[in-house]
Amino acid sequence: MSEPVTGITTPIRMEYRYTPGRTTSDFLKAMKGGRMEGRRCPSCRKVYFPARGGCSMCGREFAETVPIKETGTLATFAVVNVNFANRVIDLPYVTAEVVFDGADTTTMVLLRGVSPEEVRMGMRVKAHWIPKEEWDYSLANIDYVEPIDEPDAEYDSYKDLV
Amino acid sequence: MSDVLSAPHVMEFPYTRSTGPVVGAFLTGLRDQKVLAYHSSDGTVVCPPPEYDAHTVAPVEAAKLIEVASEGVVTSWSWNPAPRDGNPFDRPFAWALVKLDGADTSMLHALDAERGAIETGMRVRIRWAAERVGFINDIACFEPAGG
Repeated sequence: MSEPVTGITTPIRMEYRYTPGRTTSDFLKAMKGGRMEGRRCPSCRKVYFPARGGCSMCGREFAETVPIKETGTLATFAVVNVNFANRVIDLPYVTAEVVFDGADTTTMVLLRGVSPEEVRMGMRVKAHWIPKEEWDYSLANIDYVEPIDEPDAEYDSYKDLV
Repeated sequence: MSDVLSAPHVMEFPYTRSTGPVVGAFLTGLRDQKVLAYHSSDGTVVCPPPEYDAHTVAPVEAAKLIEVASEGVVTSWSWNPAPRDGNPFDRPFAWALVKLDGADTSMLHALDAERGAIETGMRVRIRWAAERVGFINDIACFEPAGG
């Protein structure tokens, strides 16, 4: 222990209670029950999934709840070659932006069941849930999406979400 | 209105910081149970040492730091009745400004003493940590020196 000191560790820690608000609370309760729920804007009619309290384009508060399907279209994706803290998955893996059927927004979710070389925009996918007894108030109940045997979606159907 | 969810949330950043030559030398000194200070261009002795001279703004040379005593006098203090996580003690204690003998400025640290026994001007000394790693907590706290 004779080396001069050149560095110190000074961890900073914050503990607090987080509340997601009314709409996201309802959304997370639905997720805990295994249901995917979006909200529709009364003005532009777009459906947000995950549900939000109001429309980011129109500024209108949402009232209508819309069921969202487990199937969807991969709008865009990234191949991840470097892991980061607290997320250790075999590399490389694919993180996808998926438009679930019934929604007009994308959700970021892990893609499995296909090699990175074969991933393409427009692929049809389906959500794979974690075991029911582990469902929590979390979007992470959807463990990943995997390809399904359907023709790719037309580019025009998701071009505004890329 | 529906019931709104809430949950505990913890956020933590494990920062590693570079000390630079002067703070590094100061912390190295603490590890060796020595308190280093800077003999400023105006004649005052500043402890802990600054990285630049307050008057000439010249960089302070670590090699020119001088040692001051591990005993001193309380110049000001504040009672902490409800310690929080990360505080030096889990029971009430004082934060004190202590001017070590040989220094002209005061440094902040914990003072482990009965509340009724603390007064400005009292003599205190460093209680060294049993395990010293080159950190400000190598000074466990100050304690009454008696006399």
